[in-house]
Amino acid sequence: MKYIDEFRDKELVSKLAGHIKNIARGDLTFMEVCGGHTSAIHRFGIKSFLPGNIKLISGPGCPVCVTATSFINKAVGCSRLKDVIITTFGDLIRVPGTTSSLDNERSNGADIRIVFSGLEALEIAIANPNKRVVFLGIGFETTAPGTAVTIKEAATKRVENFFLLSAHKIMPPAMEAIIKDGVNIDGFICPGHVAAITGSGIFDFIPVKYKLGCVITGFEPVDITQAILMLISQVNSHDPKNEIQYRRAVTKDGNLMAKKQMEEVFETCDAFWRGFGIIPGSGLALKNEFAEFDAEKSFTFDVESKEDDGPCICGEILRGKKSPPDCPLFGKGCIPDNPIGACMVSNEGACNTWFKYSNNECNNYT
Amino acid sequence: MSVTITLNQGSGGKQTHRLIENVFVKRFGIAEPLTDSALVRNRGMDIVFTTDSFVVDPLFFPGGNIGKLAVCGTVNDLAVSGAVPVCLSAAFIIEEGLPEGDLVEIVQSMADEAEKADVKIVTGDTKVVEKGKCDKLFITTSGTGTINPDQWHISIGERIKPGDKLIVNGSLGNHALAVLGARNQLSFRTPVISDCASLNHLIGKVLKISGNIHFMRDLTRGGLATVLNELAAMIGTGISINEGSVPIDDPVKGLCEMLGFDPLYLANEGKILIVARAGDESKVLDILKSDPLGKDSHIIGEIMDDRRSRVILNTVSGGKRILEMPSGIQLPRIC
Amino acid sequence: MCLSIPARIISIEGNMAEVSCGGTIFKAGLQMIENAKPGDYILLHAGFAIQKISDEEAVETIRLIKEMKDAMNDI
Repeated sequence: MKYIDEFRDKELVSKLAGHIKNIARGDLTFMEVCGGHTSAIHRFGIKSFLPGNIKLISGPGCPVCVTATSFINKAVGCSRLKDVIITTFGDLIRVPGTTSSLDNERSNGADIRIVFSGLEALEIAIANPNKRVVFLGIGFETTAPGTAVTIKEAATKRVENFFLLSAHKIMPPAMEAIIKDGVNIDGFICPGHVAAITGSGIFDFIPVKYKLGCVITGFEPVDITQAILMLISQVNSHDPKNEIQYRRAVTKDGNLMAKKQMEEVFETCDAFWRGFGIIPGSGLALKNEFAEFDAEKSFTFDVESKEDDGPCICGEILRGKKSPPDCPLFGKGCIPDNPIGACMVSNEGACNTWFKYSNNECNNYT
Repeated sequence: MSVTITLNQGSGGKQTHRLIENVFVKRFGIAEPLTDSALVRNRGMDIVFTTDSFVVDPLFFPGGNIGKLAVCGTVNDLAVSGAVPVCLSAAFIIEEGLPEGDLVEIVQSMADEAEKADVKIVTGDTKVVEKGKCDKLFITTSGTGTINPDQWHISIGERIKPGDKLIVNGSLGNHALAVLGARNQLSFRTPVISDCASLNHLIGKVLKISGNIHFMRDLTRGGLATVLNELAAMIGTGISINEGSVPIDDPVKGLCEMLGFDPLYLANEGKILIVARAGDESKVLDILKSDPLGKDSHIIGEIMDDRRSRVILNTVSGGKRILEMPSGIQLPRIC
Repeated sequence: MCLSIPARIISIEGNMAEVSCGGTIFKAGLQMIENAKPGDYILLHAGFAIQKISDEEAVETIRLIKEMKDAMNDI
């Protein structure tokens, strides 16, 4: 398939990997910020052909991993109301709240439907005028414009039974928080689809202010391998900068129409990231003029707990400061089939993969 | 909170295994390796016996319906054990309100499929339950077949050796996605049709051409990845798979990319894994390819000389990773 | 995050398009894309076309890698 197969080509990947082996000196650690990259790195076995001195760690860009316990509790509370339909992307279904999850509520009879887009959720609302339909908005700058378009459509069509529970977030404040927290990395593999919307400029501050290299990267193996090579070159030349690898989708200015949609509907707010705590200005909340679509402002529901800190150390793992076995819950209460922390929920989460392979994922295949 | 059964426990992966082990196996005292069919050896009367329940939403999907599925599924469970299917039973749980025309159409396709597969449906049962007590129609079919003692080893793979070749008889994932598409819940349209088919005649040809078929299994719930992991665990050996050789149709690939699914975990209803002794793979492949139900057959990997039970996937891009046993059902994702 | 896949626009009606990925057809909202036309490749994310794909840049990326010397020659 076009723009997919040619970027998975074995020859190209192997050529790039050869160059990486040639120029990589000393131990280098790069953080892939985006969950999509974590997933692709796992799926294509990218670590298996990187030299042992190159380490990749996963950052905060997996919406599953960073979704606050309190947000799940809110969604669970909402789903227990009479005549409510919860619409959500499939990702969130298994994320644990304090004592329940959407999966669990669905088993107990709640009407929870997986949708592919906000517009599908809106269609469900139009088709069920006697129900309140709540859309769980998760995701970063890539996803938020779609939710914005959906809210505007709901306003235009005067759909009065459609509501949003927003956990939308934006990327740069979280990346800055990680840097300030003292994470020990040599550069960022930056999220290509976030940048397709925002433009490359949002990462410019990182090399300037923190002397860390950034490469905005696509999601195929050729893209990721090339980006690692670019980051190593930056390190070798002591010249950290913000480069675009994913040129076929990312420009300097990004998608102006999408940014406008987002700005019309959302304003930034402080947001809680699982494992990171509150990061100022990192969330997106509906502007006042769209308050009627805000589930939290439009009706009340019980929320089991607004606490976000559990005994798990997902946060320190996500920040690259600790390893999964350091956690008192790892492998005991918290296993892939019964996850407590978000790093165990996601199939590519650090704890999940560590549990499955004892972290031997990238060697011992012969 | 009391523990309840969740959908994940029906997904065919790890959680299903645990349910079967903890609830059924120990109470029924089943000692044999758990295979699709049981070999019953009783006073010189060796038969193969199997049973399967069919629930599918919707009842009709491109390429088949629940009735056709109920016949093919049981025929295939028998055939992959090396048996020749002889007769089936069929039991129906019907929700009141099911249009009679639908039932007739479903039963007719069962009759047609049984004729095609050359098996007889010889006994059955019918229950009608109140609205809401089941979802339109559930069917259970059981089947028996005869088996040549030379084929007993097939279902437990006891002759498998390093170097043996793994073959599948065509592209994977079509059934699962045809059903998902027919549900109309997510807004996509796909030309994918279910591969639902009885494979006993095809398997008969394979067994005739090669006396060195070491294992067969149909790739139903949980897909190829599940069967490979079960096999690796059963024989205590590593298995190596070349991702690029696994046939997958473009529309399936496209849909999987978009929903974040892995086609190797998707259910098939007309696909089998065959393990053949090295040296026999070409004639097996040729005979498969000469049949419409095997025209897209591929050699996808081999049994490794490695005493660790695991499945290693050589990815299209030249990487390697472990192909895991699935856990829970695959959900469409945006990340 | 953000699973987003290249797809080809098949047809357009108002601000909705039908796009194909390997022959499977999805709906794509065009509210964020200007001057889209059938035949264009877009990135589809959660039901919306979020960006057009530049064929020129895609070809260029591949070309530059192909033109790199083999790593072994550099040693």
